[in-house]
Amino acid sequence: MRRLIYLLPALLFLVLAGYFAWALRPGYDPQALPSALLDKEAPAFDLATLQGGGTLSRDGLKGKPVVVNFFASWCVPCRIEHPLLMRLSQQDHVPIYGIAYKDKPEDAAKLLAQMGDPYRRIGLDQNGRTGLDFGVYGVPETYVIDRDGHIRKRFVGPLTPEQVRDELLPLLQKLAAS
Amino acid sequence: MIAELGHFALILALLVTCVQATVPLIGAARQDAAWMAVGRASALVSFVLIGGAMLALMHAYVTSDFTVLNVVQNSHTDKPLLYKITGVWGNHEGSMLLWVFMLALCAAAVALFSNNLPPALRARVLAVQGMIAVGFLLFILFTSNPFLRAWPAPLNGRGLNPVLQDPGLAFHPPFLYLGYVGFSVAFAFAVAALIEGRVDAAWARWVRPWTLASWCALTIGIAMGSWWAYYTLGWGGWWFWDPVENASFMPWLVGTALIHSSIVVEKRDALKSWTILLAIITFSLSLVGTFLVRSGVLTSVHAFATDPARGTFILLLLVVAIGGSLTLYAVRAPALKGGGLFAPLSREGALVLNNLLLSCGCATVFLGTLYPLFLDAVGGPKLSVGFPFFNRTFAPLMVPMLIGVGIGPLLAWKRGDLPGALQRLWVAYAAAAVVLAVAFYVTSGGPILAILGFGLAAWLAVAVLTELADRIRLFRAPFGDSARRAIHLPRAAWGMSFAHFGLAVSVAGFAGSAFDQEAIEVLRPGGSLHLAGYELRLDDVRKLPGANYMADDASVRIIRDGATIAIVHPQRRFFPLQQQTTGETAIRTNLLADLYVALGDGDATGNWTLRAYWKPLVPWIWIGAVVMAFGGLVSLSDRRWRVGIAARARRMPAAVPAPGE
Repeated sequence: MRRLIYLLPALLFLVLAGYFAWALRPGYDPQALPSALLDKEAPAFDLATLQGGGTLSRDGLKGKPVVVNFFASWCVPCRIEHPLLMRLSQQDHVPIYGIAYKDKPEDAAKLLAQMGDPYRRIGLDQNGRTGLDFGVYGVPETYVIDRDGHIRKRFVGPLTPEQVRDELLPLLQKLAAS
Repeated sequence: MIAELGHFALILALLVTCVQATVPLIGAARQDAAWMAVGRASALVSFVLIGGAMLALMHAYVTSDFTVLNVVQNSHTDKPLLYKITGVWGNHEGSMLLWVFMLALCAAAVALFSNNLPPALRARVLAVQGMIAVGFLLFILFTSNPFLRAWPAPLNGRGLNPVLQDPGLAFHPPFLYLGYVGFSVAFAFAVAALIEGRVDAAWARWVRPWTLASWCALTIGIAMGSWWAYYTLGWGGWWFWDPVENASFMPWLVGTALIHSSIVVEKRDALKSWTILLAIITFSLSLVGTFLVRSGVLTSVHAFATDPARGTFILLLLVVAIGGSLTLYAVRAPALKGGGLFAPLSREGALVLNNLLLSCGCATVFLGTLYPLFLDAVGGPKLSVGFPFFNRTFAPLMVPMLIGVGIGPLLAWKRGDLPGALQRLWVAYAAAAVVLAVAFYVTSGGPILAILGFGLAAWLAVAVLTELADRIRLFRAPFGDSARRAIHLPRAAWGMSFAHFGLAVSVAGFAGSAFDQEAIEVLRPGGSLHLAGYELRLDDVRKLPGANYMADDASVRIIRDGATIAIVHPQRRFFPLQQQTTGETAIRTNLLADLYVALGDGDATGNWTLRAYWKPLVPWIWIGAVVMAFGGLVSLSDRRWRVGIAARARRMPAAVPAPGE
């Protein structure tokens, strides 16, 4: 029995190593987790907005392809990604809708006051319910939703200029054309 | 040619470390002095070889040798010399080389400064270090060779990420790695002790200075990283619970526990197998951190260019190093004889509590960091973990910890007198109560955790001073007598007081950061904004050419009560090569609070966004960290760690005195 206790650290490590090996399997890439909801209808949500007045909801977004970005003021990668979102919304005129994930409204407002506001509208997901429905893995996460409300693409982690150029913008063009 | 020399030096180092990893071990088993002596020589030779490789890569960077792929990818002729040099470790391959260099440095230090070690123990320690070096040299040579050539050579390189071109970050990795890798010495000692089957007070005395030194380096390294984040990212945050930060914080937590538990081994011959386990875990966490950062298993802002092949290789290394040492532990540790008994309320008991809380703290951080991975693996709901998680789990663990740090040193070994200790601390309660009340009143009931933080900081600071006063009988003996006692107090005791006091200072800084004020305004030159009693006037914004960037340089006049206190220059720097803009904040500090000024976007009509924060007590976070590391160094200078003493102690195991602590 006593010996078993001494064996415990080694066993725990074995389990951990198993997880690591699993995470390293070919094709696993946390940066590009395919969403379980890919090409399915986005989960329904109806959130109070940061600006006040009206709500941000799935059904309200139908009719045109949009980008939905989960962010939070406490998240550093979001700040890294922010200038790119600004460029997307100002230069490329991409309709980006924000969902402030587990964030206090005043903190989110502060972030946007500091760094600019790339969002058409921002929904408040204070209890993280919508994030849970979407399967948000960590903020920031970015979804492309087509005009019928289907999720077409998911980006985990901060968007990179390459992803935007090679994947996001071409996809939006395709969706807008179809 | 020089790049090839560097490459060959690495290959040669691999062969030498193969010898270092095996021959001394066999020698120790056979008690063959000549074979054991190989350990020393090979450690020194491999240090020279890896140092040579390091210099070769540095040479390629300094001379902008664009036939070397690594230089092409990370350097540029216009880059200032400082960043050409530090750019060596600003990328995956180069930083791995730095890692191995630090490892060789530690092995060489053990080889040089271990005259008092029994030859068999020294041989085994060096062999274990050799094994680690073999693993990492293989890793570099097969998956991350920094000396690969680029053909045809481009005219210029791609440059270093502008965010990394900063003096704070330039020296952050060497300290951090010295800390990480320094724990390999404690690890090697632990494994050697398991092979020998013997852990005693002398062993603890040998291990402690190495652990302390690495701990100091890691403390400084983490503080530098956090300071860098504070002044570069432009919004004044100083800790983000990012996986990469956590990767450095976890070894720090367990390393802190190790420093404390090895005291118990040294003084009381107890907690042996636990201390061995901590030594193994501390270095294992450094290895796991390396894996997490470089394998791409988790997403992070800091992530290096990742590659699954590298991840697989490091995972194999982990399995061999951690799995192997823990298996050895499972086999040999039960045979280690426990030593002195102690009552729960005693110095040992307090140190056990410290260990328990630090380990739990580390476990929380570990879970928080790997949570996404675990949940994903079992197909559960994917949750994200960030500030909210850590604030709710880690902070509550640290509250009893901080209270305990105040009381622990006042308890006697074996059986302590808790009521007595609590009585002697009456000044500390009073201080804590006053500070709590004042903080509550002044902030009119601000964030409860921050107010509690002020109280804890006051409690801890006064408790540390009380303990020190107690020890030198201040106010109870004539002053001259107290002064003499203070001078003769062991350096280790002073070191402890400094380190604990530094912790109090940092905690006050953490708490203070909850009360910052900020102001943002769009200004034309001549306009001003008001913040915390200061007026910040934007005098003008000029274009200023830098070495490899173009800056918008703002002159901001800080005015208080009509008098100009200072003129600061926040900048926005545009790096044309990377098409990237970075902010350079200006910080004016009076050591009690920082005035933090950042320049935002300008528009075509000459309006500039100016953002300023007033951050009370925030500089204390890093001052505290420096005081902590200084305490470690003071303790390190204690003459008990020096030549011969530990060896003599082992020769006379019956006569280990517990010198005045």
